[in-house]
Amino acid sequence: MTRNTLTLALATTALVAAGAQAQDATLTIESWRNDDLKLWQDQIIPAFEAEHPGIKVKFTPSAPAEYNAVLNSKLDAGSAGDLITCRPFDASLALYDAGHLTDLSDLDAMSNFSDVAKSAWQTDDGSATFCVPMASVIHGFIYNKEAFEELGLDVPETEDEFFAVLDAIKEDGTYIPMAMGTNDQWEAATMGYNNIGPNYWKGEEGRRALIAGDQKLTDPQWVAPYATLARWGEYLGDGYEAQTYPDSQNIFTLGRAAIYPAGSWEISGFNTQADFEMGAFKPPVQNAGDTCYISDHTDIGIGMNAATDNPEAARTFLAWVASPEFAGIFGNALPGFFPLSNAPVEMSDPLAKEFVGWRDECESTIRSTYQILSRGTPNLENDTWGASVAAIKGASTPEELGQQLQDGLASWYEPQQ
Amino acid sequence: MNLARIRWHIVVFLAPAVIVYSAVMIFPLFNTLRLALYTRIDQERVFVGLDNFRTLFFDPIWAEQFWNALGNNFWFFVIHMLVQNPIGVALAALLSHPRLRFAALYRSAIFIPTILSFVIVGFAWKLILSPIWGIAPGMLDWIGLKSLYAPWLGKEEYALTTLALVSVWQFVGIPMMLIYAALLTIPEEILEAGEVDGVTGWAAFWKIKLPLILPSIGIISILTFVGNFNAFDLIYAAQGALAGPDFSTDILGTFMYRTFFGFQLQLGDPHMGSAIAGAMFAIILIGVCIYLFGIQTRMRRYQL
Repeated sequence: MTRNTLTLALATTALVAAGAQAQDATLTIESWRNDDLKLWQDQIIPAFEAEHPGIKVKFTPSAPAEYNAVLNSKLDAGSAGDLITCRPFDASLALYDAGHLTDLSDLDAMSNFSDVAKSAWQTDDGSATFCVPMASVIHGFIYNKEAFEELGLDVPETEDEFFAVLDAIKEDGTYIPMAMGTNDQWEAATMGYNNIGPNYWKGEEGRRALIAGDQKLTDPQWVAPYATLARWGEYLGDGYEAQTYPDSQNIFTLGRAAIYPAGSWEISGFNTQADFEMGAFKPPVQNAGDTCYISDHTDIGIGMNAATDNPEAARTFLAWVASPEFAGIFGNALPGFFPLSNAPVEMSDPLAKEFVGWRDECESTIRSTYQILSRGTPNLENDTWGASVAAIKGASTPEELGQQLQDGLASWYEPQQ
Repeated sequence: MNLARIRWHIVVFLAPAVIVYSAVMIFPLFNTLRLALYTRIDQERVFVGLDNFRTLFFDPIWAEQFWNALGNNFWFFVIHMLVQNPIGVALAALLSHPRLRFAALYRSAIFIPTILSFVIVGFAWKLILSPIWGIAPGMLDWIGLKSLYAPWLGKEEYALTTLALVSVWQFVGIPMMLIYAALLTIPEEILEAGEVDGVTGWAAFWKIKLPLILPSIGIISILTFVGNFNAFDLIYAAQGALAGPDFSTDILGTFMYRTFFGFQLQLGDPHMGSAIAGAMFAIILIGVCIYLFGIQTRMRRYQL
């Protein structure tokens, strides 16, 4: 009797083990988007798992500022997840060169993306694509519609109108004109310099000329945005020097500030936090009628860990990410992250619609410092953070900042020497 | 014959500690120093000798960051020596006063911050000092000193000193406890003998107690030195890896972290990072040696 039970138990265990081996593959996704944990768990992953029984997906994000460091150590230690959310450009290119990411050029679904969309995750010669483009973010300004109505203000189109609006809000005194701090530094560069800048350096034209070495950071079109940023200082709230990024988000969503220099990724968070109506306007141009340029930055891709135990399952997931179906779910689950897929996606969120609508009116570009120019030391992107903060605080003149950045870039980047 | 016999029990008893310590301390330390002698060129690790150190000390871009971090680190240390340790000694002197009531309560209350995590301390003080939600502006307002308020953590000229003082607040309990223990070991008879000779009150502190606790103060100074030059957590928790504003709170620890692991678009460079870690090690080693050979051997000790 005892022996029979034992045999039965052993047989059952063996069966279960065999069954498990035949199907269940668990894929772990590394990401820095800890804000999106709920959306992945409630919408994206169930949609995928319903179609692909047998593949389980786990989304395991870490904090944005630590992501690169954490991911690199995990990859070196061999403990990283199967799927890797890719930062654009060099951070991911380095992972590919080090053999941590797989070449995905042969993935059929790659044809769903334009070359511009793929450029952020390609080798310099374009021969290998190693991440599936997921989404881009667009820069602009989000404003409190109720505050604007209360003060009888119109949405500014030109820079003069923009500062006139800020003056009017400041004069009234009910609202802080603009919610942004310089404590965490990156907002000043990302939501300041690279938000308003493309209108000065004419988007892609200036960005490519800078990479080619035809323009310099000391040229007027690259220095002028700092002069404009210098005027921002007086409209930011008291003690903005120690105001952090979450502080700024809270000040705006609590209705204490009228304008928020934004990236479209804020939309879903703001929708849940703010109980007033919000609108968005694009970076103001110098003169009415000028061509407008927006930063439509390729921000997220997803690739496959070369050391994964489940390459087939991972490819299945990536092919699904590249499909129009995913684009539809993702674009609407995460308003503000705009799918890069060629298939048109209908947005339901009004604020997201406003942002994405600018793609039709304006020329798109990406952040000036991201491609190639932040490859060396000193790092141009990190230097731009410091320079933008210094401009807002008035610690240095725009010309000094331009010279300083140019010297740093020229010290290692040949086309600028 | 007997001399040659190996006493195996000594080896056996030492082995666990030696093996564990070597694996988790000695090996990583030397491996880090070794790593500093290499660099990566096209995915290949290449031996470059002391090139990384030359870059660190003489390349204008690296050297500026290094000296800035080192200077900030010294200022961080100076604040601790000038504020934390004198206050620690003073508190210990007060606590050891025989007629002080609730001494145990004060002792615990002052010591509690020491056991808090850096992350909690950094975050709590960031909130306290915040111009938007903080209680610091409000409290200054009550006593009519609102004009003295500034967003300290966001100003280049104040941020480092503010963080050093936060760190002092957190760690003042350690010198206090050590000095307090040293004060308790001073026998009553000596103080009574002093009293008979007319040495009381302040004079008793300066002439009898202070010379007797001087060795403890020496130990505290060296602990502060080592702790400060290895500091990282508080700055990272409060200001992030870029140690803003404009690198004004950048110390060697944050500089090393940023270089070693990379930050935002900047990729990590383990070799330069190791070079900085090596420089930190050398600085601390030199400091400790100066203390051990230059100060401690000359310090007068009294037999109690």
